Amino acid sequence: MSESIVIAEMNDGKVSATTAELVSAALAYGSTPTLVIPCTTPSVADGEGYEGVTQVIACVASVFSSFDAAGWAEALDELTSEGSIFVSASPHSRDLAARLAARKGIPVVQDVIRIENGKFTSPVYSGKANQTVSVTGDAAISIRSNIFQGASPATMTCNVVDKSGQVSVAIKEMLNRANERLDVSEANIIISGGRGMGNPSNFSHLEEIADVLGAAVGASRAAVDTWDEIPHSMQVGQTGKTVNPNLYIAVGISGAIQHLAGMRSSKYIVAINKDAEAPIFQHADYGIVATWEEALPELSTHLQAMLG
Amino acid sequence: MNIVVLVKRVPDTNAKIVVTNERVDLSSVKWVISPYDEFAIEMALRHRESNGGEVVALTLGDAQSDKVLKDAKAIGVDKLVRIWNDNWNYLDSVGIQSALAQTITELGAQVVYCGKSAADTGAASTGPGLAEKLGWPNISNAVETEFGDKLLVTAPVSGNPAKLEVGLPAVITCDKGPYKVRKPNVKGIMMAKKATVEVKEASIPEQTVKLESHSYPPQKPAGKQFHGSESVQNVVQLLRDEANVI
Ligand SMILES: Cc1cc2nc3c(=O)[nH]c(=O)nc-3n(C[C@H](O)[C@H](O)[C@H](O)COP(=O)(O)OP(=O)(O)OC[C@H]3O[C@@H](n4cnc5c(N)ncnc54)[C@H](O)[C@@H]3O)c2cc1C
Ligand SMILES: Nc1ncnc2c1ncn2[C@@H]1O[C@H](COP(=O)(O)O)[C@@H](O)[C@H]1O
Repeated sequence: MSESIVIAEMNDGKVSATTAELVSAALAYGSTPTLVIPCTTPSVADGEGYEGVTQVIACVASVFSSFDAAGWAEALDELTSEGSIFVSASPHSRDLAARLAARKGIPVVQDVIRIENGKFTSPVYSGKANQTVSVTGDAAISIRSNIFQGASPATMTCNVVDKSGQVSVAIKEMLNRANERLDVSEANIIISGGRGMGNPSNFSHLEEIADVLGAAVGASRAAVDTWDEIPHSMQVGQTGKTVNPNLYIAVGISGAIQHLAGMRSSKYIVAINKDAEAPIFQHADYGIVATWEEALPELSTHLQAMLG
Repeated sequence: MNIVVLVKRVPDTNAKIVVTNERVDLSSVKWVISPYDEFAIEMALRHRESNGGEVVALTLGDAQSDKVLKDAKAIGVDKLVRIWNDNWNYLDSVGIQSALAQTITELGAQVVYCGKSAADTGAASTGPGLAEKLGWPNISNAVETEFGDKLLVTAPVSGNPAKLEVGLPAVITCDKGPYKVRKPNVKGIMMAKKATVEVKEASIPEQTVKLESHSYPPQKPAGKQFHGSESVQNVVQLLRDEANVI
């Protein structure tokens, strides 16, 4: 078996749960992974480990508190000297995959949703087709979340490698980021509103449910284009964000092809729409024919009863 | 200031994608500039207006890609360059980025704008990969830019908008921003007709990625439909018991 490197997906300085899925993907490729945890203090790597992983390395560098993918690639350079590299297909880790691949002169294959017989499959043409490729030699691979079953945790000892102070960062963050709502590209659950919400202040009903679920709030393009209060950063779809959550709840959204392009690979889709013929229902696992005015209060009540 | 903007020819995003014999059949689709590249063109033009200089639109593709270059010319870029070699077919990221990097170096570019991802690959690899090859920093998914000695770029960091300062040279990948992109005007279209495309060659390493097949995404099984808000309770229960997602 060939060796590989799994780079743990980090969230707020902690190892994110999708890391277990990256380990599974590396194993599905028939490789034996080393898990590398990019961190600023090695203690976050305590107790991390998965079945099938040969060793765990905490790579410590101050650059990992920044987002500059160039700095990350430089700090991770030596630890990724041989073998294919597996990272999550999050926006930041895709940059990292592209950087590491270019640095090593190996190809990058992004957004992998299947690994079979050593071949990688990814969606192309906004999800209207899948593409399968094979690679001779090493590659950097980004893996979509919520597709591979996570590897089981295992207790392992961790080696620490210090890369502090060796990396320069070319990008300065000038403005503190607003402490805004969770972004759709980072969320496991998304509730989105469309033109059917009637006016932008009604999005507060979606926010209320999002708070119960720990979800992000998204929007259709019609909502973004019609109402200044709904920023483009919330837009899901072909000219917005592509999302792949566990659960996507579409409220007052008709289900235009361009909207579907951004969310149809969600694991479960719930649609709430007053028109039983709306195309979104053809893609929904659970469709509810009702107005949002009737359905959202019920949804809020029952979710709170279950989760609150 | 030498400004390069990357433009790629892709199928119109409304086009139906047909798969025959395990390959996408693109013979009857309409072709356009990849949507995010339109934002990249806008950024490049604004950069020129602010700091002076010249904007080169650069593509890698066969002669059919001249059309998107001329479209870029009609919008306002100065020069058109295309990279191609008739022996090329499916190129992997190493091939694409090597060829682009060589040409960008030859052009003496100080800044490169491109789309955040192409509408066909959806990969989002080219901007950061190219930057690494050139040894430049990059900022991904920029929505706005202020131009000076350095660039002040608005882009998401962990999902939240941030203002980022970067010195040149740099690669900026562009997302849709809160501004209108300019479209070709009549004068531009006339000028574009006469514009010439400079064709360059580049050498690329042996390709290690092989395209095996295309396929349709699997159809999902039909979902369940419920009527009326009374069903909401039922659906919430299914989300827990059947779907296991809450
Ligand atoms: C090049 C291009 C790119 C595009 N990119 C995107 C994109 O990225 N994302 C995107 O979303 N769209 C995109 N679009 C636009 C897309 O084609 C649709 O126009 C858009 O998705 C429609 O948004 P909507 O579903 O909110 O509005 P509509 O299509 O108007 O649907 C509103 C829905 O709300 C329902 N409704 C009304 N009142 C209620 C109520 N009280 N309760 C419940 N339901 C109600 C209606 O039955 C209807 O189904 C793009 C289009 C083009 C041409
Ligand atoms: N063959 C190409 N010619 C010109 N530009 C390209 C090419 N491939 C990718 N790009 C640029 O890189 C961006 C991202 O592409 P991708 O990495 O394929 O998602 C595109 O939006 C283009 O701006």
